[in-house]
Amino acid sequence: MSDSLSMAAPPGQARPAPKPIRAVPIRHYGRWVGAVISIGVAALIIRLFVITPNINWPKVAHYLTFRDILVGLELTIILTIAAMVLGLALGILIAVMRLSVNPVLRTLSWFYIWIFRGTPLLIQILFWFNVALIIPNLGIGIPGTSWWVSENTNLLVTPFVAALIALGFNEGAYMSEIVRAGIMVVDYGQTEAALALGMKRTLLFRMIVLPQAMRAIIPPTGNEFIGLLKNTSLVSVIAAQELLTKAQNIYARNLLVIELLLVASFWYLLVTSLLMWGQYYVERYFARGATNRPLPPTPPQKLRKWLGDKFSGVKVAAYTKTSQAEDNPAEGGAP
Amino acid sequence: MTLMVEAQPVTLMVEAQQVCKRFGKNEVLKSIDLQVPTGSVVVLLGPSGSGKSTFLRCINHLEKIDGGRLFFKEELIGYKDKGGVLHEMRDREVCHQRSEIGMVFQSFNLFPHMTAIHNVIAAPTRVKGEHKDSATERGLTLLARVGLADHADHYPRQLSGGQQQRVAIARALAMQPKLMLFDEPTSALDPELVNEVLEVMRDLARDGMTMIVVTHEMGFAREVADSVVFMDGGYVVEAGPPQEVLLNPQEPRTQDFLSKVL
Repeated sequence: MSDSLSMAAPPGQARPAPKPIRAVPIRHYGRWVGAVISIGVAALIIRLFVITPNINWPKVAHYLTFRDILVGLELTIILTIAAMVLGLALGILIAVMRLSVNPVLRTLSWFYIWIFRGTPLLIQILFWFNVALIIPNLGIGIPGTSWWVSENTNLLVTPFVAALIALGFNEGAYMSEIVRAGIMVVDYGQTEAALALGMKRTLLFRMIVLPQAMRAIIPPTGNEFIGLLKNTSLVSVIAAQELLTKAQNIYARNLLVIELLLVASFWYLLVTSLLMWGQYYVERYFARGATNRPLPPTPPQKLRKWLGDKFSGVKVAAYTKTSQAEDNPAEGGAP
Repeated sequence: MTLMVEAQPVTLMVEAQQVCKRFGKNEVLKSIDLQVPTGSVVVLLGPSGSGKSTFLRCINHLEKIDGGRLFFKEELIGYKDKGGVLHEMRDREVCHQRSEIGMVFQSFNLFPHMTAIHNVIAAPTRVKGEHKDSATERGLTLLARVGLADHADHYPRQLSGGQQQRVAIARALAMQPKLMLFDEPTSALDPELVNEVLEVMRDLARDGMTMIVVTHEMGFAREVADSVVFMDGGYVVEAGPPQEVLLNPQEPRTQDFLSKVL
């Protein structure tokens, strides 16, 4: 015991490296059984739904690029983007109102969220489509003058407009809660520092708080975007001629119900994948400064590096964009 | 030829008259009287909870005072006196007043999504409307002055605490303030990084910047301060040159505090 210290090698004298461990690994038989059962179940599902005479796959392929389907897809994408832009703008506005010191604005925003989040989207779509029953004519004018423009509501609120309003307003309620959560994540010290520099509240919000809140806002917004894309299919109830409506129109004539639903699903999946891909890059953009390490390379950068390693004649600059600041971040540096 | 030495009237950068501040029922500042002449360095000392930081935050109107009068360059802070009636200042006017007062925080509060140089030029370009090129040029000079010329393109998280605080000082200086407030600038730093920040502050003091510093660094107070103010329980207990307050304190509370920290 007393000479335990002397077991350490005297300085300057190298100790022999320890022998690496060679042990027999545990055999995980359970994993093998589990894998075989899973493959069996998957094969059964494929057998039932894919390799079946009841699905006419050539027809699926035929309708995939059918003109009507593509027109519907275009409308679905336009509707999704337009409703998201409207929802995001409303969401930021409502979130700022909820965090306002003005009790009237706070209460109003609370009611907005209460109503638009608390009622089914399907009802909201039907409501806006039938809004002419409450307001038969819409008009604007300047009071006290004879200038007045008015129009029949039914002509103004087309299925597309009703769909856009319904989806956008509904999305606004959800987005406002996401934006509010993002704003609350930003440390109050940031606001104080910006105020101390003489920044006005609006500038401070735009330049300091919102960009930092975005990091927390983007992942759930990606969810919302994808949810919204699929929710556009609900507007088929007011025949807004989007992707699902078009598919339904076709199968109403030729009775290829499953085939056309598969066609629609294919396009929904494809657009969803594109959105996920976009989200990845937007997240990277707002992650700048969030870690003290360079960002990991993107999949294309990884692929290029792998190709570069494989065919080492080609020099590929895979990491150049992300690794500018690789020198030791914590060095003392005398003033 | 005789050399005329004109008696310069002492102008006051900050003057506090019976300043009061309450948070709910908690009276943090009871009655603060203090004068900070232009070009002087004042160090505020005192136990935690004595109201030092609150007083500092009142000076750039991050907190509104509840009583008394607080002046910056002989103008009321945050209010306008119109025939004996106080009117709250508009946002724009408060911002203008703040832009002449630099503040450095204990927790640095750099903007993490901007590089060091962007932190420095953000306010000059967006608040004062200075052109980006000239602001960047001045900003790089300021970063060089705090010893961080090579770190202009680093994000705050890639910098050590001492480096971050020096960027924060450069950021405050970029607005060309008349007065600098330091709220425990070295309290969040590892001991070996404290001196690089104090060195920058000494340098500023030598250049004649008016500074109010809340700190526990007694060495800095002794060496740099023109006057030391000891606060306790919302009052100024004792104030005077560092030799007097630090080496020969008169008040028992000052003696008690100093015996614990020295």
